[in-house]
Amino acid sequence: MLSGWTLSLLALAYIGVLFTVAWLGDRPESRRLVSSPWVYALSMAVYCTAWTFYGSVGRATTTGIGFLPIYLGPTLAAALSWVLLRKIVRISKRERITSIADFVAARYGKSRGLGALVTLVAVVGTVPYLALQLKAVATTYLLLAGDGNASDGALLRTSLVAAAVLAIFAILFGTRHIDLTEQHSGLVLAVAFESVVKLVAFLAVGLWVVFSLYDGPSELFQRAFERPELARLATFQPSWSSWIWMMLLAWSAILFLPRQFQVAVVENFDEDHLPRAAWVFPLYLLAINLFVLPIAFAGHLCFDTVAGPAVDADTFVLRLPLAEGETALALLVFIGGLSAATAMVIVECVALSTMVANDLVLPFVLRPALGGADSDLGGHLVLIRRLAIIGILGLGQLYMMAVGAHTSLVSIGLVSFAAIAQLAPAILGGLYWKGATRRGAVAGLIGGFAVWAYTLPMPTLVESGYLPASWLLEGPFGLAWLCPRALFGLTELDPISHAMLFSLLVNVGAFLGVSSIGGPSAMESRQARRFVDVFRHGAGTEPPLWRTDTSVEAIRSLLGRFLGADRTQDLLDDYFRDRGLEADDAQVAGAELVAHAERLLAGTTGAASAHIALRSVAEEHPLEPDEVVHLLDETSRVLATSRQLEEKSRQLESATGELRDANTRLRELDRLKDDFLATMTHELRTPLTSIRAFTEILHDHPRLSDTKRREFLAIVLKENERLTRLISQVLDLTKIESETLGEPSAEDPAALIGDAAASFTGLFDEHGIDLELRLAEGLPRVEVNRDLVLQVLINLLSNALKFTPAGGWIAIEATAHNGGRRRWVEIAVADNGPGVPPTERETIFDKFRQVSDPAKRPSHGIGLGLAICRGIIDKHGGSVWVEDSEQGGARFAFTVPAAGDLPQQPGAQR
Amino acid sequence: MTQRVLIVEDEPNIVLSLEFLLGEEGYEVRVAESGEDALEQVPRWRPQLVLLDIMLPGLDGFEICRRLRTTETPPKVILLTARGDGAEKVKGLDLGAAAYITKPFSARALLADVRRILAESEDDG
Repeated sequence: MLSGWTLSLLALAYIGVLFTVAWLGDRPESRRLVSSPWVYALSMAVYCTAWTFYGSVGRATTTGIGFLPIYLGPTLAAALSWVLLRKIVRISKRERITSIADFVAARYGKSRGLGALVTLVAVVGTVPYLALQLKAVATTYLLLAGDGNASDGALLRTSLVAAAVLAIFAILFGTRHIDLTEQHSGLVLAVAFESVVKLVAFLAVGLWVVFSLYDGPSELFQRAFERPELARLATFQPSWSSWIWMMLLAWSAILFLPRQFQVAVVENFDEDHLPRAAWVFPLYLLAINLFVLPIAFAGHLCFDTVAGPAVDADTFVLRLPLAEGETALALLVFIGGLSAATAMVIVECVALSTMVANDLVLPFVLRPALGGADSDLGGHLVLIRRLAIIGILGLGQLYMMAVGAHTSLVSIGLVSFAAIAQLAPAILGGLYWKGATRRGAVAGLIGGFAVWAYTLPMPTLVESGYLPASWLLEGPFGLAWLCPRALFGLTELDPISHAMLFSLLVNVGAFLGVSSIGGPSAMESRQARRFVDVFRHGAGTEPPLWRTDTSVEAIRSLLGRFLGADRTQDLLDDYFRDRGLEADDAQVAGAELVAHAERLLAGTTGAASAHIALRSVAEEHPLEPDEVVHLLDETSRVLATSRQLEEKSRQLESATGELRDANTRLRELDRLKDDFLATMTHELRTPLTSIRAFTEILHDHPRLSDTKRREFLAIVLKENERLTRLISQVLDLTKIESETLGEPSAEDPAALIGDAAASFTGLFDEHGIDLELRLAEGLPRVEVNRDLVLQVLINLLSNALKFTPAGGWIAIEATAHNGGRRRWVEIAVADNGPGVPPTERETIFDKFRQVSDPAKRPSHGIGLGLAICRGIIDKHGGSVWVEDSEQGGARFAFTVPAAGDLPQQPGAQR
Repeated sequence: MTQRVLIVEDEPNIVLSLEFLLGEEGYEVRVAESGEDALEQVPRWRPQLVLLDIMLPGLDGFEICRRLRTTETPPKVILLTARGDGAEKVKGLDLGAAAYITKPFSARALLADVRRILAESEDDG
């Protein structure tokens, strides 16, 4: 045992060390150390308070591994947390957010009411938790001093001293700057330092218990499992719902507890530190939980909790080394617990004092002063924060006196978490849902907080005797469904899960419901865009829709009152330099400068107060109606013009496309014309060459034999005919291409075919070629120009004649079929000649296109015959093609339309 | 020694007239109906002159002209064409053709060219 004054001296010495660390951290030379991601990650471990340090073991002695979800939640959701945190940090840096209340207020249209509400929830939710820390410090102090069963009075006196020392620390290191968005480097360094101390202390006692008190973990567990009530603790028998709620609770706490927001967001030095914290922090949680269960078992075994006198399991960590006479270790544990408690108290006080000053006192109590002539509001603000710290610690002390001394404080941590969890819907909704409104957030918060107050703290009041006990058992006024721990008769859940379920149900329901009724105001929408779209480039940077008549001078003087003249000068110089403007106090401050000044001020007073302050000097003349109309006109004119431009550009684009297509078509036509001319020339010159050559021969060789002479003359005649035929074909083609079809008549296809075939009878007989007619029954009449279709048939037949070997066959076929909306008659000329290779089947219908394989080439070019056929059939709307006939020859087929309105002519074919 | 002339032409009547004209002049004449046929005959028969139509099925006259130059004893080439545009003439002469004659041609002028070119080839050795 140690004497009281030795212990006090030791505690004060440790606090002295903390002061030194904090003082060092505030020096500019320490900038590099303080801005390290390690310090940032470790400072987050302010999450682990005395409640962790002592309370985890306490919980483990009764619920076994039931203490775990509080640390599992943040670990499992780590990835999600860092995504959220990154967004919150980005927003907070841009908007110069000073606290979580400020964050919520700023998001919902810089609402001072909402800021105040969040502050109240935070204070009410956190004060019991503060009381818990004070009690832990006091209890362990008294325990070490050998006063394990100290009176309440001694406890309160001790905690009062602790509160006072902590208040001094918080005031010294937490209220140094006027601008809150500047990091409290010293404070953060001290907190990180304390995180290391408490971890070392806890690991030390853990290792000592496992390896010194017992012979390694196996012996400890073996001894523990001999006792059935201890073996039970190590088995996993949780209620799932309770674990899930617990993890959810812890997860929301890690993000939204005022002190977590302070270290993770406000004190964040660099967004890039987040990834480091993302794995260091869960690792820290794992390390500090490693020995919880062994210590709990050892405590049970050591103090024989079943038979012996009740020993507060919350103090096992300290009592074990004390009982074994390990005073030094016990001191280390005490220092570790002290670290955990003081870090929490200090950061929480700084965070809460900011909120109280900026979101309660400034916008409500000091509202008139915001726009007044007071020259040093900044100084006042610091004073308010300092008073707030004292006030908050005082409240903690009072709470301990009123409730804490009687009631177990073990569950206070969770109750506190549950209050803070009420902030989650408004914050998460605000981060991702632009439709969330201030009214929705207020409704959700009030509803959720009310249910929380009814289901969690209220029963404590009953247990402390302030309210009739029947309320807990039968419900208030005998209304069983209102029973605070079994709303609507739901008794299956533990109190925390029960409270979470109903409070969040009400909270989320009200938040969504009220947000959906009536959309956000203009200001809320603007802020919503700035928050939700923070990662989008340029989001929320649109100019404000109002103008001011305020001079730069007025803005300067307002800022000066909060920030001091020098700093204001610097900030404004920066502003004008960045925009390449000349600072001129007499000129009118644009809306942009006013918005900028508001943001600057927000870093000191919070968004809501800054908004009020700026409004008091820079009256926002909402734009006059005619100005609005003008602005809207302007906008709609610009919009219309841009629409017209778009339309024009689209038209131009399509015109360009059309021109390009037309050009391509023209080029193609040009090429076709060149080809046609070249081929035409060739086709004309070839017979001319023969004619000229033979004429010369006949002329120059008068003594040629009669036979030769006749042979040569025959050639001259034949070539002459070929020329004549060619010329008339060209004329035909030109005529067909340029003229219309003329009036078609309804013709009997069988008769047409018969006429065509008749003109070839002699020729076919001459070549020994067999002609077959294969005409379907009941062919309809066709609607054609008779002479033209007859020419097609004749062309095809003479073609076939050229290719069909002597003794072969040629067939004319005709069938009717439906195609599209019309009936068609297909007429084909097939032969058993060499056929047309597939690659040539398209081009063969081109002008002068000849089959290139010389083996299948006739002595005379095909010339224009097929081109003429295609021209004619095209005019009739039909199509013409070539395919294989059944014996590998060619089958040239074409379709012509049936005369729809004319009756069929059965038996019309020959 | 009789000089050999190969006619490469696919139009039978023109072949007939050329055969007659050159035969009367006392040349030994053979006919190829396609480029492939011509390329096969030249190395074996070694004509001193090839009368080459440009518009042939398969390989065209220019291509045949190019390949003929790579044979062991490249014959002189007279290109015949029914198209007759300036660019083609230049192209043919660039490929080493000795003359470029447009159809319809004068038989006398053609024979004069043949004589001149064969005389040159004799001078060459």
